[in-house]
Parts: sequence; C-alpha cells; structure tokens
Amino acid sequence: MTLTEQRVPASLPLSGRASTATAAATLVVAVVAVSAASVLVGSRMVSPFELFSGSDAMSGIVEARVPRTAVGLTLGAALGLAGACMQGLTRNPLADPGILGVNAGAAFAMVVGLTVFGASQLNQYLWFAFAGAAVATVAVHMLASLGRDGATPVKLAIAGAAMTAALTSWTSAVLLLDRQTLEVFRLWQVGTIGGRYWSPLLTLAPMLAVGAALALVSARVLNTLTLGEDMARGLGRHTTRDRLIVGLAIVLLSGGATALAGPVAFVGLIVPHLVRIVVGSDYARILPFSMGYGAVLTLAADVVGRVVLPPAEVQVGIMTSVIGVPIFFWMIRRGRLGAL
Amino acid sequence: MSVIEAPTPTDVVRRARRRPLNRHRLVVGGLSVLLFLLFVARVLLGDYTITIPDFFRIVTGTEIPGASFILLESKLPRALLGVLVGVAFGVGGAIFQTILRNPLASPDVIGISVGASAAAVAVLILVDVTDNRWLSLAAILGALGTAAIVRLVSGGVAGYRLVLIGVGMAAALNSVIQYLFTRADIFDAQLALRWLTGSLHQADWPTIRVLVVLLIVLTPIVAWLARSLRITELGEDAAAGLGVTTRRTDALLLVGVVLVAVGVAASGPIAFVSFLAGPISRALNAGRTTLLGAGLVGAAIVVAADYAAEYLILDINFPVGVVTGALGAPFLLWLLASGRTGRRSA
Repeated sequence: MTLTEQRVPASLPLSGRASTATAAATLVVAVVAVSAASVLVGSRMVSPFELFSGSDAMSGIVEARVPRTAVGLTLGAALGLAGACMQGLTRNPLADPGILGVNAGAAFAMVVGLTVFGASQLNQYLWFAFAGAAVATVAVHMLASLGRDGATPVKLAIAGAAMTAALTSWTSAVLLLDRQTLEVFRLWQVGTIGGRYWSPLLTLAPMLAVGAALALVSARVLNTLTLGEDMARGLGRHTTRDRLIVGLAIVLLSGGATALAGPVAFVGLIVPHLVRIVVGSDYARILPFSMGYGAVLTLAADVVGRVVLPPAEVQVGIMTSVIGVPIFFWMIRRGRLGAL
Repeated sequence: MSVIEAPTPTDVVRRARRRPLNRHRLVVGGLSVLLFLLFVARVLLGDYTITIPDFFRIVTGTEIPGASFILLESKLPRALLGVLVGVAFGVGGAIFQTILRNPLASPDVIGISVGASAAAVAVLILVDVTDNRWLSLAAILGALGTAAIVRLVSGGVAGYRLVLIGVGMAAALNSVIQYLFTRADIFDAQLALRWLTGSLHQADWPTIRVLVVLLIVLTPIVAWLARSLRITELGEDAAAGLGVTTRRTDALLLVGVVLVAVGVAASGPIAFVSFLAGPISRALNAGRTTLLGAGLVGAAIVVAADYAAEYLILDINFPVGVVTGALGAPFLLWLLASGRTGRRSA
C-alpha cells in the first residue's frame, strides 16, 4: 500500500532459490524438533529414555500428547495457509481470520448451537463453529463487494470489523442471559488444543485436506491477482472463478481450524509475512512455507503455554497472541506489512 | 459609469465564511433539541410513565411513593449518565479520528477502550476487588497505559501505522481478557462480561458527580487545544509547517484518551459510540469536523440506545452496549455502500 518498499530486484531469483533449499531444510528440522518437544514437554516432563521404557504411565501420557501434537500441527498448517490465501486474495496485509470476522462468526454460531440447539459435545458444536466461520467469511466478502469498486482491501477490513462488532454484541447478549452457555463458551473462545484426541481431527480432516489442496494449486492464481484485478483479467484469468476457488479454500481451512480449536489469532496474520521475508513473493513458495511455519509456530506456542505459568496451562490461542504481537509490531515498524 | 452590483471581495469571503458557521449553529441547535427530546422520553416514558407535573414535584422534593424512587434512583441517573458518557465518547472519538485522519481510528478500534476493560477485568478477577471505584481507577490507568504503548511503538501519529499497531494491541488485549475469563469463577465472569459490553445499570449519583466535575475541568482544555484541530487535519508535515507542534497534537490526543477512559470507567466500553459519533456529526455538518456536534451525537446515541435496550424487548433488559454494537454494523455498511471509506471521508 502506501509504505511499499523499494527493493533491488536484481539479486532476488538466485538468492531466492538458494534460500528456498535452506528454508526447506530448516523447516523440516523445526517441525521434527517442535513435535518432539510437544511429546516430551508438559506438566509431567518425559525424558527420551523414559519414552521407550513401556511403562503404563508413559503410554498414557504419550496417548494424550501425540494426538495433541497432531492437532497442533494441523491447526497451525491450516491457519498459516488460510492466512496466506486471504492476504493474497484480498491483497490486504492485515487479512486474518480474526480481522475478517471469521472468528466472530464461529463464536456466534457456537453460542446459538449451545443455547438453541443444545449442543454439548465437541463433536456437535464443532459443526456450528465451522458453519459460522464459513457463513461469516462469505458474508464479509459479499458485503465488501457492495458499491462501485468491488472488494477493495480497506472495504474488506471494514466489513470484517462491522461483522465482528455486530456478532460480538449479539454473542454477549445471549451470554448475558445464559450462564451455562457462558461456562462452556469462555473455555472455548480462548482457542485451545488441550484434551483434543483423534476424533475431532478425523472428523475435520476431509474438509481441511480439500481446503489445503485447493489452496496449494492456487499459487499461480494468487500470483496473478497480486498484479491487480484488471491486470489479472487482462492476462486471461477468469477472476471470478479464481476468487471462488481460493475463497472456498479459505472457508474450508479457517472454518476447519476454528472448529478444531476455537479462535486462534495472529498465526494467519504474521506467518505469511515472515515467510515472505525469507522466500520472496512467489506464492508457489509462500503457500507451502506458510503451512509449515504456521504449524511450527502454533505447536511451539502450545508447548511454551504448557509450562509458562504452572500449574495451569496457558491456552494456545493466548500464547499465539503473546508471541504474535511483538512480531506484528516489529513488522509494522519495519514497514513490512505494506509490502504486498 | 454604471453602478456595478458585483459584491466586493470582502463580501464574498465573509459570506463564504459565514455559511459553514451558520450550518454549524443549525446542526448544534438541531442536535440539542433532539437530545433534549430523547432525554425527556428516557426520563418520563417507559414501562412506568411519569407526568411532567409529577416530575417537577419530585425534583423539588415532594415524595411520591414509587414514582420518586424510580425517577431518582433509576431513570434520571441513567439518563444523565448516558448523556455524560455519550459526550465523553463522542468528543474523544472525534478527536482521535480527526488527528489520525481516519474514520477507523476511533478509540474502540485501536485498543484504548479494550485496554481500559482489560485493566478493570484484571483487577476484578485477579485481585478480586469488586468495588466500582477501584475498577474505574484501573480502567483509566489501563486506557492511559495502552495509549502510551500504542503511541510509543508507532513512533508518531501519522498514517496507518498507529492504526495497525492499535488493531494489533486490541486483538492482544482481547486475548488477555479471554484468558482472565477462563480463570474467573462464573459469577465474576458474568460481572466481567458487563464490563465488556458497556451498561448504564449501575448509574448512581456519586459517579455522575465525579463525571460532571471531570467534564467541567476538561471542556476548556479541549476548547483551547482544539483550535489547532483544523490545521492538524491537513497532515503532520503541513501542521508542523504552520506552527502546530507534535507536542500540542499529543496533548490533544491525551485529552481524548482521558475522555474515553473516564467514559469507560463510568459505564464500561459502550460499543461503537466513539466510532459512530464523529462521522455522523461530520456528515451533518457538511464534512467539517465538529467536536461539539460529535459530543451531542454521542449523547443522543447512548440515551436512545439505552431506551431501546430497556424497553424494546419485553422483560429483557439488555445492557446498552448490545444495542449500540448491533447498530454500529449497519452504519458501517452504509459507509461501505456509499463509498465513504476514504481518508477524508465522513
């Protein structure tokens, strides 16, 4: 936008390719390291030697932490990918499920599900969260397309803010009247992956997989959209169809992520920007790396949250905010958010 | 030589200057009348009607069983508190939007109100204090602290950077509040929820007295500082060139923060009032900023929304913030549809 940095493009392709290999290697190491940490670290620390001792206590801990690790990685990958797609599609550096009203939609649908339809199990209200997120995403996009010049970044941000404000006040209205719902809701709305086993992950896996596939094949589409709507159309893209595909990917990914863990902020916002610094502005690289580093950041945040304030855990949604905000501030100060 | 009827340059300039001035008088007058009518409706009507003669009898000291209590302990303080916090939010919001030159840069979007709520909720839940005076103090300190952080991190009041930092700050503080929520017992949590929504239910005379004194102190300061507002609107560089220092702009922002903080301390962050008041008053005033108008619009919104929250749905008394929040969204949509989201828009 206004803060666009002047960069020297001459050295980019070569160094970009070289750093892609390095970045990929680093990413693999990071995923392995953080997964290992996630299995070993917690209120009961486990040493690698104990892990294979085969005692009952050990297998109990492992049975809880391995699915949690898988949920954390999936959640982070979905959020990172969704964030990158959103930023590409809306050409809005601030695009994030939290800012575009997705989380508020999920929250409101959750509350409706809890009060009106009496959902009480995770596997039931997960669908409400998913539906709410999906409807909110589509609604925000449609609202932003009102008026002459279509869905510009500023209008999207405002539509998202409007949606969030309205839905949040309706949510509070319901919560003020119903204490029981508040009890369930307040534990959900921080965003947590504690106590998640395989079943929600398996339930949501098809949607997340389709979303990820759609997103990953859209790299070229996003690259073209970066040039602007008119230019993209001039280059022969069916921009409406392209937008629909990317939009569907976003709905599936962010809806699935929110259903899986509740609202988790900042991952979708900062990961694509950090990735862009490392691998350049080609979406063919941004998308997979956002996925990978989203997973690493989210799981790392969860691991830190388990031990930072003993004896209680700090939920992953809180930790991503705590870690994300300083990075966000630093990026703004460097003018990074302008570079789209 | 014939007599030329053409107006002299002085006349042209004088007329051009008078037109906005007249319009401003008209806007302020109209809004005052509207606010007065809303106030009267809020005080006298509702599910318990008080006649005008009764009103004067009660106010001058006659005891009417039932009516006296309802008027003096509920309706009148709520209406007065609504006016006062509405003015505080409206003027505070308009100061922000004007200096930052962005209708999105209202205190509730860039984290100031959230900061106040977060501090109050933290004190409520962690220190387990339920005394309103301490909570209010915490809210004011929280707003000032948040404003200081946002201002220091962004390193200036220019452009989008401060808004972006503020939005990030708001998101982070929201998750702090959510974390506190999980640690609270359920009664505290529900009490905290009221702090987040904004409500006039707890209106009482001591709060009103403090608020009146504060507003009386702040008004001349705002009036004095606001003279530079016209120039600040031109942008930081132009303003500096015309002799308005950043320090003066900062002082005005600080007053804006204090206004919002005091409002939040008294009633909780009534959603979107500080966001709505500035643009509405501007649109009425033909695109010119008017702090007085913004204050009146803010007060009118709060009083009207409080009436709706209390009586619109039978047997359910929502806090006023629920109504203003639901009202803010359509307004934003109107902004979108009419394409007024640009920098210098209404």
